[in-house]
Amino acid sequence: MTASMRAGRMLANVAALPARLIEPAMSRVQKTIGIKRMPWIFLIPNLTAVLLFALLPVFINIFYSVTGSDRLYPVDRPFIGMANYETLLDCRNYLQPSTCSRDLFWRALGNSLVFVPTQVVLMIGISLLTAICLNREIRGRGFFRGVFFFPVMLSPVVVALTWQWILQRNGALNGLLESVGLGGINWLVHADTAFAWAVAVTIWAHMGFYTIILLAGLQAIPRDVYEAAKMDSASHWRVFRRITLPLLLPVLLVVFVLCVIRSVQTFDELYVLTGGGPGSATMLMVQYIYEVGFAAQPRNFGLAAAASLLLGLVLLLFTALQLKFSRSARDG
Amino acid sequence: MKLSAFAYPAAASIFLACAAAASAQNGAATIFCDDTGFGCITMQPVVDRYNEEHPDLPVKLETVSYQAILESLPVQLESGEGPDGAIITDLGGLSRFYLDITPYVDAAQFETDYGQTLSWLRGSDPDGAAIFGMPTSLTVNGAYVNKTLFEQAGVPLPEEGATWDDWAVATTKVAEATDTDFPMEMDRSGHRFASFAISQGAELVDDEGRPVVDDGLRNAIEKFKAWHETGVMPMDLWGAVGGATHRELFADFLNANVVFYFGGSWNLGKMDAEVGDLFDWEVAPAPCGPSSCTVMPGGGALVAFKHTEHPEAMGAFINYLSQPENLTEVIAASVEIPASRSVGDAGVEYPGASERTQEALATFSAQVPKMADAAYRFQGWRYQRAMMNSLTTRISQVLNDELTVDEALARIETDVNLAIDAARGNQ
Repeated sequence: MTASMRAGRMLANVAALPARLIEPAMSRVQKTIGIKRMPWIFLIPNLTAVLLFALLPVFINIFYSVTGSDRLYPVDRPFIGMANYETLLDCRNYLQPSTCSRDLFWRALGNSLVFVPTQVVLMIGISLLTAICLNREIRGRGFFRGVFFFPVMLSPVVVALTWQWILQRNGALNGLLESVGLGGINWLVHADTAFAWAVAVTIWAHMGFYTIILLAGLQAIPRDVYEAAKMDSASHWRVFRRITLPLLLPVLLVVFVLCVIRSVQTFDELYVLTGGGPGSATMLMVQYIYEVGFAAQPRNFGLAAAASLLLGLVLLLFTALQLKFSRSARDG
Repeated sequence: MKLSAFAYPAAASIFLACAAAASAQNGAATIFCDDTGFGCITMQPVVDRYNEEHPDLPVKLETVSYQAILESLPVQLESGEGPDGAIITDLGGLSRFYLDITPYVDAAQFETDYGQTLSWLRGSDPDGAAIFGMPTSLTVNGAYVNKTLFEQAGVPLPEEGATWDDWAVATTKVAEATDTDFPMEMDRSGHRFASFAISQGAELVDDEGRPVVDDGLRNAIEKFKAWHETGVMPMDLWGAVGGATHRELFADFLNANVVFYFGGSWNLGKMDAEVGDLFDWEVAPAPCGPSSCTVMPGGGALVAFKHTEHPEAMGAFINYLSQPENLTEVIAASVEIPASRSVGDAGVEYPGASERTQEALATFSAQVPKMADAAYRFQGWRYQRAMMNSLTTRISQVLNDELTVDEALARIETDVNLAIDAARGNQ
């Protein structure tokens, strides 16, 4: 036996050591609880992590939402029942935030309900279009893939500050417009333009991520399907509708879910770019929760917890609707 | 052989010395401070000297961002964690976390030197006798004026006693004549707006610690809105930004894009370093309103926190720093106004500052006696930040026509009352 073979065998013995130690213990457990219950034993580490880091925080959040005071320690927080929810939901007319006790909550919720669908639809549409272009045999394809992915690597604060320099009164965009004889616009001062730029900036910052996923999905579609379509003289649009889209659907669903989650979580870019302004035009739910719970003094953890749970309920509602629609579509 | 005979003992000695130093540092009381003005950089020489003189009670400075002190520190303190001490600016808001350092300091000297400002640290018991820290420097709001633009426009500079309206008229003339972007700008800060509002007659808080929404505040908001509508002030600060976000555009003044900038005394260092002699500027005396010619006092304080395991070290260091010679050294290096009466009376020389900056400091200091009682009361109020946050948020909404002035006033009162209730555990 050569030295290398001896070393290899020694390594294999060392690697098998944990299994040899665990095996008798596991077989004893199996004898005690039965083979059918064994999967639960292997699930224990993951279940513990989920309980500790996902479910427990939800219950803590529920506890905070029904207690008052600006104290953090649970024992210092008196029970106040549904008062936080009543404060948030106290409204004479839900379509007019000015009539609500916490008008900014309703404004932020309204903004989120416009921002999320707009951003998701545009993000997926533009990412898909970019992925299709990058999937073609074009010159400098690798370079363009890098260009579109580059913003994803930037910190959200850097993204926001860069766009602030571009969009502010004396910013680069206005300089460019004025140099070609067009008057500058104070983009971040008007509610409509600020909101449109909020959507655009967040799409610019994240679309590279979705483009890469969609590109991978496009490349997994077999070439011979396209060649067959070409032989049948099918138009580009027909090829897209009948081949690309159906075969890309599972990837699109993943992209959709990821995009909705990210869109609802949008905070840092907009907080630095507009602070939620002008007025409250770009204030989204996460910023409202942050301001109430952490930026305000005294900190109203209870109200922030209640607002986050209400946002969670709205999301659950939309998820249920989306599942219902996708099931109806699948069942024909 | 010779080398190792010396090298091993030498290495062992160095290792032990490093370990001892590390151990001493590990046992040191930690103080959070930022790196501007009266902060880590300017305090470090005094800390080094103190540590040499008090090796048994060491302290160390940890530089963090101002935002971290404003937002992360309170959360740390809530959970019973955080540094042993910090230089903070939310003096009343964090009062329940402060350690009473009376046993470790010269209480009589503290009362003499910091009389009025000590009460800002006492939170809900402003008349108490506890000493919760050492007010470091006094900051003052104030107006920076571009004199060169006034000269170019041929418009006389409004003199002391001029009203906010006089300044608006004069700066508008200057901006039009010199094609400057805007006549006036004000930091997006409830503290800055409070100066203006109190000069217009606003009380902001009453003796019982309840928010006051009066005609003075209404006049101030209405005037402010009119200035934004007529272009006296740009929408970029108060209009374009939302929520309680603080924002400055002092770069506009540095670049001579605005005639009059209402900011704070802490910008003096920046003026000195970045403008120099590029244009002629000065700090104007506080503009007047129908009620007073006041600005807002402010500043930081070095406090020790209750949870500290080094109360003696924190107390000893604060007492050491409060000695006139040490305090003067830090104040001179940070180019700020001393909060200590005896240091202020003795006068501070700022060897690193230009003559213009020294004049500006003198003007800032001259505003201190003119400050209205309401300004002091508001500064020491525990719920000051709640009202300042509400002011910035609601005024932005008024400027963007989301709320009328009446609705904004009602909202400000509701917001602060909800904050007070939340702090008391009622909601």
